[in-house]
Amino acid sequence: MVKEKRQIVIPGESIISGNEFLPGDGAYRDGNDVVANRYGIANIFEKHVRVVPVSGAYYPKRGNTIIGTIVDITFNGWLIDFGGAQNAFLPVAEVPRYVNKNEMAEFLNFGESVIVKVWDVKSRGVDVSMKMRGYGKIDGGMILAVGSNQVPRIIGREGSMVKMIKNATGCDVTVGQNGKVWISGKDVDMEIAAKKIVEFIGCNVLVAGLTEKVEKMIGEMSLESGAHAGVPSDEGKVEIVSENIDEVSEE
Amino acid sequence: MAEKGIYTKREDGRAFTDVRPMTAKVGIVPSADGSASFSTGKTKAIAVVRGPRTLHPQHMQNAKTGILRVSYGMMPFSCGDRIRPGPNRRSEEIGKVTEWALSSVVDLSGFPNTVVDVFVQIPQADAGTRVAGINAAALALAHAGIPMKEMVSAIGVGKIDKTLVVDLDKYEDSEFHDAEGSTDIPIVLTSRTKEIALLQLDGKISVDEFRAVIELGKVACDDILKVQMEALKNVGVNDE
Repeated sequence: MVKEKRQIVIPGESIISGNEFLPGDGAYRDGNDVVANRYGIANIFEKHVRVVPVSGAYYPKRGNTIIGTIVDITFNGWLIDFGGAQNAFLPVAEVPRYVNKNEMAEFLNFGESVIVKVWDVKSRGVDVSMKMRGYGKIDGGMILAVGSNQVPRIIGREGSMVKMIKNATGCDVTVGQNGKVWISGKDVDMEIAAKKIVEFIGCNVLVAGLTEKVEKMIGEMSLESGAHAGVPSDEGKVEIVSENIDEVSEE
Repeated sequence: MAEKGIYTKREDGRAFTDVRPMTAKVGIVPSADGSASFSTGKTKAIAVVRGPRTLHPQHMQNAKTGILRVSYGMMPFSCGDRIRPGPNRRSEEIGKVTEWALSSVVDLSGFPNTVVDVFVQIPQADAGTRVAGINAAALALAHAGIPMKEMVSAIGVGKIDKTLVVDLDKYEDSEFHDAEGSTDIPIVLTSRTKEIALLQLDGKISVDEFRAVIELGKVACDDILKVQMEALKNVGVNDE
């Protein structure tokens, strides 16, 4: 029996009844029932039942891109605060160049910000890597903190919203799934414009037809979409697409 | 009731088993990880959840599980007289019992060495603040996405003269002087297994009446759970 269903569930609520169903993330079995142990959207795919959170703190997932700050340097890596329950660990082996273990602060020092990819999530912490393209140390620009629940709207479907901001302002916009946004452009005015747009989206996540509203806003800011089309917005540099976050609405 | 006492009609016209009109809302504090408000009649509670986050001081950390930390407070003019702000004996106690009641459903084993902070504030009090606080806190914890085996709902059941009364207001709780001091029993019930997560007793009551009180509380908690459920289900998330 294949069954697909989507509903908001509260902790302790039976999602579905039947021994053939398997409780996944955010669900547990109680007798014949599969019960939610978290508030969110119940997602039943074939026989796998899970609850995807819709609010609350950021919980890292494998494959997420996060933006954080170096808070500690250990003998074999760095600790990164990204706003989660625990700090993330970035081992020396996971940085793209050779680092002398006696001079680790030369490469990444306290307080510096990085874009990293979540490699492994355990209950005791998160391992991250910056070996792939698009990840690394943040140099210049500004970092905004929006809620992690706003991230899917800021990225938009298949990155459409981010692309719009990039085209309108000519800035590089990187969205971390932990709710941090890095904006870097050629001049500060454009960065501020991009910041305003991101903040506008963050305040209006529940508004229907947000894309049109953002377009209108861009128009009012006399940036005009595509005005900077002549300046190619470094496409290959950072491209974060909503693979893991849109899973609820996409399936 | 076997005997008829002198308390035969409630001031606000409710039946003795009726809960005051309830409202509940989640997501009232955008900067928090989870937040909720809950009110019954004039009693209003706000709960804010922050975390899980690393617990400091470090010696309080538990390597096996995250811990829950609840603080409860009444705002200075919440019940007419000015209450001295800051922790006091009563607020510390209520914070602690709220913590114990919620700990029985919250599962923080996935977040060792961390803390989940719950801040409960009472902007307006008309008796039953601890149960309103627990209802709000349960909503806020759910809204924060904290793993919970089930929800909890709380209600105060009392006895005035010889009458058992659900959800006492301030007049019934402390200003009805025609009878001997009233009895007040806060009950916290879990939503799925219907187990009692907190039971306190202030005053005196017979064993038979006590059993009746628990039954009344269970019925009232079902009504409260409905309000809580509605608050969580009607939040305008994912309108795409």
